[in-house]
Amino acid sequence: MQLNITQAPRDFWGGLIYLVIGTAAVFIAADYERGSLLRMGPGYVPTVLGYALCGVGLISVVRAFLRHGDRIMPFAVKAMLLVTVAVVAFGVLARGAGLVPAVVVLVAVSAWGSQLSRPLPVLLLAVVSSVASWLLFTKGLGVPLQAFGAWFGF
Amino acid sequence: MDSGLLSNLALGISTAWTFSNLMYCLAGVILGTLVGVLPGLGPVATIAMLLPMTFNLPPESALIMLAGIYYGAQYGGSTTAILVNLPGETSSVVTALDGHQMARQGKAGKALATAALASFFAGTVATFLIALAAPPLADLALKFGAPEYFSLMVLGLVASIVLASGSLLHAFGMILLGLLLSQVGTDVISGAPRYTFDQPWLADGIHFVVLAMGMYGVGEIIRNLEHDEKRELMMKSVSGLLPDKEDLKRIIAPTLRGTVLGSALGILPGGGAMLASFASYSIEKKVSPNRAQFGKGAIEGVAAPESANNAGAQTSFIPMLTLGIPSNPVMALMIGALIIQGIQPGPTVMTEQPALFWGIIASMWAGNLFLVVLNLPMIGVWVRLITVPYHLLFPVILVFCAIGVMSVNNSEYDVWLMALFGVLGYVFSKLGSEPAPLLLAFVLGELMEENLRRAMIISRGDPMVFLERPISLTLLVTAVLALVVVLSPALRKKREEAFQEEP
Repeated sequence: MQLNITQAPRDFWGGLIYLVIGTAAVFIAADYERGSLLRMGPGYVPTVLGYALCGVGLISVVRAFLRHGDRIMPFAVKAMLLVTVAVVAFGVLARGAGLVPAVVVLVAVSAWGSQLSRPLPVLLLAVVSSVASWLLFTKGLGVPLQAFGAWFGF
Repeated sequence: MDSGLLSNLALGISTAWTFSNLMYCLAGVILGTLVGVLPGLGPVATIAMLLPMTFNLPPESALIMLAGIYYGAQYGGSTTAILVNLPGETSSVVTALDGHQMARQGKAGKALATAALASFFAGTVATFLIALAAPPLADLALKFGAPEYFSLMVLGLVASIVLASGSLLHAFGMILLGLLLSQVGTDVISGAPRYTFDQPWLADGIHFVVLAMGMYGVGEIIRNLEHDEKRELMMKSVSGLLPDKEDLKRIIAPTLRGTVLGSALGILPGGGAMLASFASYSIEKKVSPNRAQFGKGAIEGVAAPESANNAGAQTSFIPMLTLGIPSNPVMALMIGALIIQGIQPGPTVMTEQPALFWGIIASMWAGNLFLVVLNLPMIGVWVRLITVPYHLLFPVILVFCAIGVMSVNNSEYDVWLMALFGVLGYVFSKLGSEPAPLLLAFVLGELMEENLRRAMIISRGDPMVFLERPISLTLLVTAVLALVVVLSPALRKKREEAFQEEP
């Protein structure tokens, strides 16, 4: 999917991201006390930074229409989604369900980000790494995560 | 002065060379190499992953172990670069050029030994350089007030733009983004919450480990999965380890030049070690009597960048130890580790924690020695590790990242933030922006704002204070000069060439 808006898509999209974040930063910081140069309030520096980021974004977007730049190579969408979902799921499960199920899910979901993964090795890897990480982190390093959590009645 | 240095080194040696600290150093070196040798894992991700293991150690041992992990990871990266042409980090990209060619010609052992010996020599020289340069620098830093600190950090950020490899504009954008991210949390001076969206878990701000693991751990994994194919490994066994007399003769001069260049560039903020290895390779390519062989397995092409990047890795400790200012993401992690240990980084570390300070320095030499002594016989093990396919590896790396982040604050929100930063880091890398300036700005952000606001109070709101104080003025002029130089069209071309060394 390549949207041909400009000849320099990296500058264009990068600049757009800066503009969005910069604008949001300025708007949110408007609620904070600005203060003066002598006595800067909590809102002073974030506002300046937000405007500066907008400036960089604007230059980047304008520049995108003035000169050629590198193309954006296709995203690894599937890998990105699977890895993200797997990590988020780990966060959801780690405390309630416990470390072992959380690691099993993390491994079993993320592994499909690679097309070389096969069901049996993935299952084996999930089981081995969940037990190993419980031994290493909970038993060995004292990380306060139980093997199985409250959801299982422990 | 000299006797002072000797007694300081003696203190360092008595701290570092205890049995338990030597063991932590050894463990760090082995763990670092072990993880660093795995393809696609650079020193930043390695250190971030292993950081939680040092939380329960005393400060000296923790820092000694982390430093060991750092050289281990660096060396492991070179091993991977030579054996499978998969540099785990940017600074071993050039090592791969000739090192991998040597491996293809059946001289992998020689290439690995050369890398180890050149690194050891450079590491030894750089360690002494730190011992010599650190005390006067720390003395100078004690004279620093808020304006000087602010200007110094401006210089640091400018240097990280200059030395970043991508577009200058985007490097600047990443810096601003990093500074903005550092604003999240409770404002230290007024106590007002900023960008916390009324979420209590954001009140303490974003932890740097979360950001580092997201950008370098998760983001990197997604990037690696783009090239999702089977790798070929050149050799099953490595033989012919030791370089002969002829080889040694050839690597002496390149190693010396690499060491000098690396030591100098390593002090500069923003990935000096990487630039050092690129620059030393291009210099050797011009001056070496064997330049025709470069790119086809020249032993000089391994010795020079390896000595340069190890020297640079070592001297990058100087600004961290003396000023409390990180010159690259690895040092940012070290600073984070100091803070976790309850030590405020800065020039006072040397006077208030002399055992820690000199202990780290003395451990560096021990660590470098361990690398040579251990790694040459253990190359067989590393080779076997490299053959572990990436699709079985990356889920395990994710497990380490997730548990590591969770163990920092014991909060699942941090895990989710890490996922977010992972996606962000991946998207930015697709747009050609590097994460290093962002991370650096993030670490400096809070200190910068504090010093800026204090400087303004001292000067009664007069921004001229930055130009009226001589040290501050010098630092700012240097920053402006660096910017002017890098923006001049002629140098811009040179800079692009330096970063695009053709194989």
